[in-house]
Amino acid sequence: MRSAETMLSAQKQDQTMSHKHPVTTPRKSATFDDYTLSEIRRAAATGIYDIRGSGAKRKVPHFDDLLFLGASMSRYPLEGYREKCETAVTLGTRFAKKPIELKIPITIAGMSFGSLSGPAKEALGRGATLAGTSTTTGDGGMTEEERGHSETLVYQYLPSRYGMNPRDLKRADAIEIVIGQGAKPGGGGMLLGQKISDRVAHMRNLPKGIDQRSACRHPDWTGPDDLEIKIQELREITDWQKPIFIKVGGARPYYDVALAVKAGADVIVLDGMQGGTAATQEVFIEHVGQPTLACIRPAVKALQDMGMHRKVQLIVSGGIRNGADVAKALALGADAVSIGTAALVAIGDNDPKWEEDYNALGTTAGAYDDWHEGRDPAGITTQDADLMKRVDPIAAGRRLANYLKVMTLEAQTIARACGKNHVHNLEPEDLCALNIEAAAMAGVPLAGTSWIPGQGGF
Amino acid sequence: MPVFDLATTELRDLNASLHALDKDGGNEEFEVTNPRGAHAVAVGIDAPVDVQIKGSVGYYCAGMNETANITVHGNAGPGVAENMMSGKVVIKGDASQYAGATAHGGLLVIEGNASSRCGISMKGIDIVVKGNIGHMSAFMAQSGNLVVLGDAGDALGDSLYEARLFVRGTVKSLGADCIKKDMRPEHIEILAKLLSDAGITDVKPEEFTRYGSARQLYNFNIDNADAY
Repeated sequence: MRSAETMLSAQKQDQTMSHKHPVTTPRKSATFDDYTLSEIRRAAATGIYDIRGSGAKRKVPHFDDLLFLGASMSRYPLEGYREKCETAVTLGTRFAKKPIELKIPITIAGMSFGSLSGPAKEALGRGATLAGTSTTTGDGGMTEEERGHSETLVYQYLPSRYGMNPRDLKRADAIEIVIGQGAKPGGGGMLLGQKISDRVAHMRNLPKGIDQRSACRHPDWTGPDDLEIKIQELREITDWQKPIFIKVGGARPYYDVALAVKAGADVIVLDGMQGGTAATQEVFIEHVGQPTLACIRPAVKALQDMGMHRKVQLIVSGGIRNGADVAKALALGADAVSIGTAALVAIGDNDPKWEEDYNALGTTAGAYDDWHEGRDPAGITTQDADLMKRVDPIAAGRRLANYLKVMTLEAQTIARACGKNHVHNLEPEDLCALNIEAAAMAGVPLAGTSWIPGQGGF
Repeated sequence: MPVFDLATTELRDLNASLHALDKDGGNEEFEVTNPRGAHAVAVGIDAPVDVQIKGSVGYYCAGMNETANITVHGNAGPGVAENMMSGKVVIKGDASQYAGATAHGGLLVIEGNASSRCGISMKGIDIVVKGNIGHMSAFMAQSGNLVVLGDAGDALGDSLYEARLFVRGTVKSLGADCIKKDMRPEHIEILAKLLSDAGITDVKPEEFTRYGSARQLYNFNIDNADAY
C-alpha cells in the first residue's frame, strides 16, 4: 500500500511524462458519433422518444447512383427544341368513369391542413394548378380553400377518418386510400397539441390542445379481402366516377402492389423511406421501410406479372428532387412521381433567409425538422397566425409552378437524349448504376459491365 | 313504391336510383328484397327517403348515410352505417363488427346484439344497442353517445376521447383511460331522449352507468407508457 505522498509524486511524474510525448488527436467514435451522443442525452433528459417531421435523413442508395446512357450509334436522339416529347399522364383508366388527366407526370403528395398552414396549402393548390397537376388532401379532411385552389384534388381516405364526409368525397377528383407512408410503414399520424388550433380541432372533432393520435389501421377493414369490399362501397357511393388510389409505404412492394391490384385499385402510390411525414418518431423514420430505389422494380414486376403495368398506374414518391429523379423513376417503370418535401422547399420551407429564426430554435436552415412544434419560421408547418403570414400564397404558388416546369423540362431533356417521344418510353435499358447496391436495387447493370447483381452471373 | 329485387336487379341500379332522389324530400318509400348478404346496399344516400330492406345485408350497408331512414329487416354485416352523417338506421337483427364506425351523426339502433368494435372512432353518432356489444367497442371514440341495454365486452372505451358510453348491464373490462363516471341530471336527460328516439319505453335511464374518458392520455407523458 502506497502512502499519500508516494501517490502524489507518481501523479506529478505522469504529468511530466505527458509533456514529453506527443498526444494523439482526439478521436470520436464512429459508433457513438456526436448526433448519437446528443440523442442519448436528450432521451435521458426528457424521457420521451424524439419526434420530428420529414423523411429518412440517413444516406441510402438513391437515384443519384444511376446514370442514363444517352443515344449514340445504335439509337438516335430527338431534337431538343424541335421534336415533341410528351409528358401527359392519365390516372384511373381501369375502372373509373372519370379518370384524371395531368399535363405533367409529377403530382403533389398528401399533406394535411393542420400539419400545414392555410396559406401553404393554398400555395400548393395554386402552383399545381398552374403546372397542370394535382394536389392531395391529408389527415383532417378537405378545406374550402384547397378545393377552391386545386383544379384537380385527390381526397385521402385515412384510418382516422377525421373530417371524412360524403359531400367532400363526391366533389373530389380522385380518392386515395392510405394504407401507409414511406416515412412510417405501419405507423399512424400524430399532431401534437401545439398545432390543434380551434379550426383544426373543429375539423377533427377533438378537444383543442390535446395530442392527436391518428390510428395506424383502418377502423372498418383489416386486409386485402375486406378492402376490396370497402372499395366497392366507395365506388357505389361515388357512382363509379372517381379513380381510387391505394397508397402504401415501401414495405413489401411486390406483394403490397399485387394485393392492391387484387383489391381493385385504379392507381397505386408507392412511397419510399425518404418520403416525408408531418411528425413521427425518429426511430420509425430511420429504421422502418425500404429506400425508394429498392421499391420500384418489385412493384413494377408485380404489375407486369399480373398483366396490369400501365393499366393500373404506379406513382412513386420519396426523395424526388429534380427532373433526373423523375426520368429515372419513370425509366424504372413508374407512370408518375409525387413530391412533398421538395414542394415545401419550393414554397419556402427551410429558406436561409430565416436563418436567425432557425438559430433561435437551436437549428439551421436546411436541417429544421421539428414541424410538429408548430413554430416554423417559414410559416409553412404551423398554425400560428403571425408566422403563416410569411407565406404569400400567390408568389409561393408561382415558385412551385416554376419548379414543376423545370423538373418536367429536365425529364424531357433526358428522354429526348435517349430518343424517346414520351417520358413513359424511358426504360431500364436506358440506365446503368454507379455501384453494386444501386445496380441490385434498380435491376440495371453496374456501369462498365453487363452485371446486374442478384440476377445471376458475375 | 319502387321495389328493387336484388335477385334480379343490379346493386348499381339500386344505389344509382337512391342517389337520384330529391334532396328536398317528398320521395316515395323504397323496398329492397332478396339482399342475400349483398355488400354496400343503400350507401351514399343524401336525400330524405325511407328504405326498407327485407333480409340480411353484408358489409357497409347504409354507409355514409345522410338524412335517409333505413331499416334492415334482418342482420347486418361489418361496418353498418359507417361514417353516417345524419338520418336513422335500424337493424332488426344483430350487427357484425365496427357498427357505426367513424360516424359523425344520425341515430343507429341495433335491436339485437352488436359485435366487437361497435362505435369505433365514432365522431358524433348516437348508437343504441338493445342487446350486448363485443370487445374493444368505442375504441378512440371522439364524440356522440353509445347506449347499451345489455352487457359490454372487454376493453370498453379504450383510448376514449369525449364520447359518452351508457351501459345498463355489466362491463367485462374497461380499456385504457376509460372510467366510470357519475350520472348527472343532464346525462339522464340525454339518455331519456336517446331511448325515446330508439322507441324504447320499458327501460329507465337511471338503470344505466356512464363511462367516459379519464383524460389522462390526452397529452403524452412517458410515465403513462405502460397504459398503451
